Amino acid sequence: MTAPAIATEKLRKVYPAPNGGGEIVALEGLDLEIGAGEFFGLLGPNGAGKSTTIGILTTRILPSGGRACVAGEDVVSRAVAVRQRIGVVPQRPNPDRSLDAMENLVFHAAYFGVPRSEAARRANALLETLNIADKARAKVDELSGGQQQRLMIARALIHEPAVIFLDEPTVGLDPQARLALWDILRELHAAGRTIVMTTHYMEEADQLCDRLGIVDRGKLLALDTPAALKERAPGGTLVTLTLDGDAAVTSDAARTVAGVERVEAEGAKLRAYTQRGGEIIPALIKAAESAQRAVKQIQLREPSLETLFISLTGRTLD
Amino acid sequence: MVPSGDPRPRVSRSRVFLALLHRDMRVARKELPYFLIRTTLQPMLFIIVFGFLLPRMGFMRGNYTATLLPGILAVSLTFASIQSVALPLVQDFGWTREIEDRLLAPVPTRLIAAEKIVAGVLQGMISALFVLPIARLIMGPIPGLTIAYFPLVLLIVILGAAAFSSLGLLLGTAIEPQQIGLMFSVIIAPMLFFGCAYYPWAGLSAVPFMKWAVLINPLVYVAEGMRGALTPSVPHMPVPATLAALVVIGLIFWHFGIRSFERRAIG
Repeated sequence: MTAPAIATEKLRKVYPAPNGGGEIVALEGLDLEIGAGEFFGLLGPNGAGKSTTIGILTTRILPSGGRACVAGEDVVSRAVAVRQRIGVVPQRPNPDRSLDAMENLVFHAAYFGVPRSEAARRANALLETLNIADKARAKVDELSGGQQQRLMIARALIHEPAVIFLDEPTVGLDPQARLALWDILRELHAAGRTIVMTTHYMEEADQLCDRLGIVDRGKLLALDTPAALKERAPGGTLVTLTLDGDAAVTSDAARTVAGVERVEAEGAKLRAYTQRGGEIIPALIKAAESAQRAVKQIQLREPSLETLFISLTGRTLD
Repeated sequence: MVPSGDPRPRVSRSRVFLALLHRDMRVARKELPYFLIRTTLQPMLFIIVFGFLLPRMGFMRGNYTATLLPGILAVSLTFASIQSVALPLVQDFGWTREIEDRLLAPVPTRLIAAEKIVAGVLQGMISALFVLPIARLIMGPIPGLTIAYFPLVLLIVILGAAAFSSLGLLLGTAIEPQQIGLMFSVIIAPMLFFGCAYYPWAGLSAVPFMKWAVLINPLVYVAEGMRGALTPSVPHMPVPATLAALVVIGLIFWHFGIRSFERRAIG
């Protein structure tokens, strides 16, 4: 068993509140262990403490308490050694605007002691892989948002770090650019990199990560594989019936259907949670008809991270 | 601590430092024309009015240009050093966060701050050495001007640029982008006018209070030191005193500048 790529112990961060009154707890006793080669996701709404966690692990924020190690080195006492081993993709692209795309990469490599010729070779290869080779000599302002984000990924990789951090890498990207980025991340993962990503998109976390930590208000609420987390979602499968009128009149009848654990009515939609999947649909249709409503549409949703998140925090992600 | 299985040797700090400096010099080279205009235009206008027009109108007596020239060099130096460090930092920290790729470099943060100061010194030197021949050209022959003490001129330029670049680091990391106009009108403008750049310090004997008050202004020592080195025949402070003052002020600004940078860089 190899040493974990990342380990945190009772990690805590408090900020002084603006206007002087007291303090804001951004992170409260975070314990995490992330294995080498793992694709780990931190999932939570804005302000949950995800970026603070990334900031501490990337040596840019000092913890108020507890400790954290990355690649075996303490992030506070051995910050320089940690920086040597990590690559960071920021939440908002922050390329060096005084330099062109190629210079951004070659200089970043130079900050890590990579010789010039080797840096140029790697930069060309990365720009090629990330499909922005034609922009090598372009000013970064001429790059689109998606292209800038890919340049950030190239920058994070050029010194061949052991651990890659991505803070909300797909925020602000169009769907196509987002899917392209997913492919890139999958390839990096397949190549054995340790990846830590924050996101507030359920689907992204579900699709990409080996394991997920769900955080809210500075606390880790759940930690497991996406599949195991989804099994913990309350009520299992969600069946939604769209009716030809107000659904409220059907809820009493729906509640009596065997296997239905919870019923919600909203407008013309009737939502029923069940462990039995599609099995309950015929009985639900009958229940609706008994209340003089016809079913126009039926939708089946697998147990999702979203439902788990709502049950853990009492609120939605966005 | 147990080695972590990453066999890569540690990168030498001097190598990273040079890479950071190389980046700043590359950017400075790209922006050289704008940089020179920004930092030397105002001193040049002064030269034209006070070193060329007024003497010809008969308002200035003969050797005023000998007092003015060293002062103008000091002003260019101040402008260039403060601006070349402070302006990009205000933008980087306050808005674009561009500097983050350098803050991730595997060296202590204070080394990254120190590099900014060194880059500012080089730009201050370029600006001062650019203004010198042009000023001489516009003003015409300057009584008592000598380049016999050029190494001393260079030493004063370096010490002055180091002090002002450190001040630039302090201002650039302490000031919010929306207050940058305030920095010029409240800090830099008074410094230029009360810096003995356009008049000799000895002349302030006429207003004794001012003579002592201006001593907190580092520009005074650069301007007076320059007079001692370039036009020794005009009244000036003893050169060793100006050097000592610049070292002390430089160290104070260096200390607070780097501390402010570290605070801003690490949350």
